[in-house]
Amino acid sequence: MEKRIDIALYIVVLISGIMIFRLWNLQILKGNEYKKIDERNRLRVLNILPPRGIIYDRNNRALVKNVPSFDITVVKEDIPKDPETLDELGRLIGMKKEEIVAMIERKPVKPFESLTLKEDVSFAEVAKVEARKVDFPGLQINVVGGREYMYGHSASHVLGYIGNLSIEQLRDPHYSDVPPESVIGQFGIEKIYDRNLRGIAGKKVIEVDVMGRIMQVVRIQRPIKGQNIRLTIDINLQVEAEKRLRDKTGAVVALVPDTGEVLVLASSPAFDPNLFVRGIRSRDWKKLISDRRKPLLNRAIQSQYPPGSTFKIITAITALEEGLVSENTEYYCNGSLYFGRVFRCWKWAGHEHVQLQKALVESCDVYFYEIAKELDIDTLAQYAFGYGLGRPTGVELEGEAKGIVPTSGWKRETRKDRWYTGETLNTVIGQGYLSTTPIQMARVMATIVNGGKLYRPYLFMESGSGAKAEGVVKIRPENTELIKKALSGVVKDKKGTGRHAYSELVSIGGKTGTTQVVGGIDRGDDVPDKYKDHAWFLGYAPADRPSIAVAVFIEHGGQGSLSAAPIAKDIIEAYFKGMNNNEGGAFLSP
Amino acid sequence: MKGGPFCPRDPFIMIDRRLINNFDWSILLVALILSLIGVLTIYSATRPVLDAVQKTFYMRQLYWIALSLISFFVLASIDYRWFMKYAYLLFLIGVVLLVMVLIVGRKGMGAQRWIPLGFMSFQPSEFFKVLFIITISRYLSFMKPGEGIGFPELVKMITVFLALPVVLILRQPDLGTALLLFFIFILMVLAAGIRKKIIVTVLVISIISLPFAGKILWDGLKDYQKLRITAFIDPQADPQGVGYHVNQSKITVGSGGFWGKGYMKGTQGPYRFLPENHTDFIFSIYAEEWGFAGSLVLFLMYFFIIWRGFDTAKKARDTEGHFLVLGVTFMFSLYLFINIGMTLGMVPVVGVPLPLMSYGGTALLSNFLALSMIENVRMRRFALYY
Repeated sequence: MEKRIDIALYIVVLISGIMIFRLWNLQILKGNEYKKIDERNRLRVLNILPPRGIIYDRNNRALVKNVPSFDITVVKEDIPKDPETLDELGRLIGMKKEEIVAMIERKPVKPFESLTLKEDVSFAEVAKVEARKVDFPGLQINVVGGREYMYGHSASHVLGYIGNLSIEQLRDPHYSDVPPESVIGQFGIEKIYDRNLRGIAGKKVIEVDVMGRIMQVVRIQRPIKGQNIRLTIDINLQVEAEKRLRDKTGAVVALVPDTGEVLVLASSPAFDPNLFVRGIRSRDWKKLISDRRKPLLNRAIQSQYPPGSTFKIITAITALEEGLVSENTEYYCNGSLYFGRVFRCWKWAGHEHVQLQKALVESCDVYFYEIAKELDIDTLAQYAFGYGLGRPTGVELEGEAKGIVPTSGWKRETRKDRWYTGETLNTVIGQGYLSTTPIQMARVMATIVNGGKLYRPYLFMESGSGAKAEGVVKIRPENTELIKKALSGVVKDKKGTGRHAYSELVSIGGKTGTTQVVGGIDRGDDVPDKYKDHAWFLGYAPADRPSIAVAVFIEHGGQGSLSAAPIAKDIIEAYFKGMNNNEGGAFLSP
Repeated sequence: MKGGPFCPRDPFIMIDRRLINNFDWSILLVALILSLIGVLTIYSATRPVLDAVQKTFYMRQLYWIALSLISFFVLASIDYRWFMKYAYLLFLIGVVLLVMVLIVGRKGMGAQRWIPLGFMSFQPSEFFKVLFIITISRYLSFMKPGEGIGFPELVKMITVFLALPVVLILRQPDLGTALLLFFIFILMVLAAGIRKKIIVTVLVISIISLPFAGKILWDGLKDYQKLRITAFIDPQADPQGVGYHVNQSKITVGSGGFWGKGYMKGTQGPYRFLPENHTDFIFSIYAEEWGFAGSLVLFLMYFFIIWRGFDTAKKARDTEGHFLVLGVTFMFSLYLFINIGMTLGMVPVVGVPLPLMSYGGTALLSNFLALSMIENVRMRRFALYY
């Protein structure tokens, strides 16, 4: 009897030993592993999205505001595995089972971070999800910072828009510190200054029970609000410019000559950035993409066309500085000049006796042909480069075009041919290979009237404060005065091509330009739009102490004098009227 | 031994100085400590995190402990030979109760195990185990020492004492208790001694018939019982389903580490990741909060009770007492190992509570009654004649 009891006791000891060994295995050997699983069981990390910085114009008018929008998100690990529950979840949020699965597979998400299933849902849907949350652990309503662009189409190319992170961006280590459910700048200033605007996301580590109910907050790290940004843009002026561009295709850029601040950067047609905020609908997207006038194109920095006669200012400065002409140098214009072939002046009747002043005021082509005969193309190009042509201006927007300033080297490289003086004749009047963007030409105007200091145009007030000129064009002050006098004449004189820019309010100076679209067609009003010339006008005001420089470019606008000049005048007048209201009209001196 | 157990003339002479002197306080003390640890663990496992009010499981368990202590003393003071005298009658009452539970029983969690008594529910199968042990002990005490149980006796015992209650309990259905009765029976028969011929025959027959019997047994199982067994074999196959229990239990135990998370610091219970945390899986919660160190202490205490049981069996004055204590100790050990094995993922989940610690009044009371049987025999181990 006793022997059997001892055997029983040994067996009990043996089983106890096995169990203690098992305990050792679970608690000591695999303890840390199970601790991790246990934490994963109950710990959830929620991102707290920071409010995005507000964008203001130069007069502190808010251009955007944050509006909350609701997303349905789910913690990836909590997505039901069995098809029936998944189906039920789909019914709750109005999505197909397959869509949900596809979404999970497509979007890379860190473990236990939430994944956005449906964006911008209505209050009714929010209530529905909240009521059924118990049945679907991990399902959350996320308040996402939506964005309202209060001025609609206005300055849309400058402001840009925000949107959800794309698949590529989610994979991009660049955005690794951005919670996947946040919205970031995808275009324009919103994109360029996204790092400033978006702020730093906070984190909330919470404990949840098996139902996903929050038991307690373990740790909270407050988000840091995005930085507000003040732009150099004057929204009233921008709106005015856009009003004048309505129904036209073109661009307006206005700069402060002494700093490079961009007052206006308008491109027409524009688009409504509000469409993009919560992901653009495909219908809207198709409409934008198929529009032949390309509303998404920022013509102010992306369209490249020959500058036409506006370029004559640079030619004149080159000729003056290089000693090819002086104020009184005179040529005779009989309507054309023969140099291997006939080069016509725009005025077929001719300008007769022309000095430099008259050549600019009446935009005589022959006068400049005469200069071209003596002028080395590479010397001219040096001046053009000096005024910032042939390279992007560096304004804080993506996709800026650089334009072309032809040189003999450039010709050799791209055309495998030498440079012919005949081509110089085309170049001096702003035709031929030359191509420029409106913002480049606005900068040219600014640089000429400020005496040769080349500033980088900028949109973010802080980025340019105290900025030094990136270059100085060597120009004698008397030559600057000479040119400015001529440019005033362009607007003031009875025969001036820019007389349509004349203002009773303020003294305006400037230069018209017309870019030939097709040669040999009579330039009249009855020409179909697509064959009409492109119109340019560069202007500044006031004449004595310029505080604004403007470039207006209208595609197929016809003559610069007729279509572009009045727009420049209106904008300049609006600027000084606005100044009057804002600052007491200190600059008003007609 | 022939002629039945010795019957005292007056069973109700309880206050005997020698009896009190021989009373073994250590068993009662350890059992009490274990059940109080149980209450503390129940308190922690069911503590509210969001809801302001805690469910009063721990209070109810305390009442049951009080009731169990009183029952322990009352039962220990009645000479066990009285139970032996009326063993078959008690057995009959037990069977009647098992039938009653099927007729008037209250259903709960898919099974019909409780008889409602107004203020509380009563689970006859819990008490039946003790009655069963008394009955088998009584029968075994008639065996001639050293002879071993022969084939006819075995068949008689199986048909008369085992088959009927097992079938009735399976009808509830309560697979755990039915299996337990079966195992207690086998262990007691083995302890009493059985002829080698029978062991060999049974082994041969079971090996040959295993595929058929296995099939019949498997088909006889309810779906949830089958799921539990498949989940035991491969818990990862369906981690959200039946395997969930086992997985969560392992996580709970494992995350305790060496020193544990500390009392009231466990999360698996109150956050309800581990279901049944205050009943069958109370050990997991204990191991989570007290770690490997605390679990060892717990093992030692349980082992003390088992050792004390075997020791008492050796010292018992008569074979009835010997088998009674052995049966009770076997039952206690089986419960302990099956429950802990279950929480550690070594045994299928069969709904067996941890003795003394799991929430549940009837089980607690029946555990104390079983231990009082050990006490009963131990304090009367020196032949006392009236």
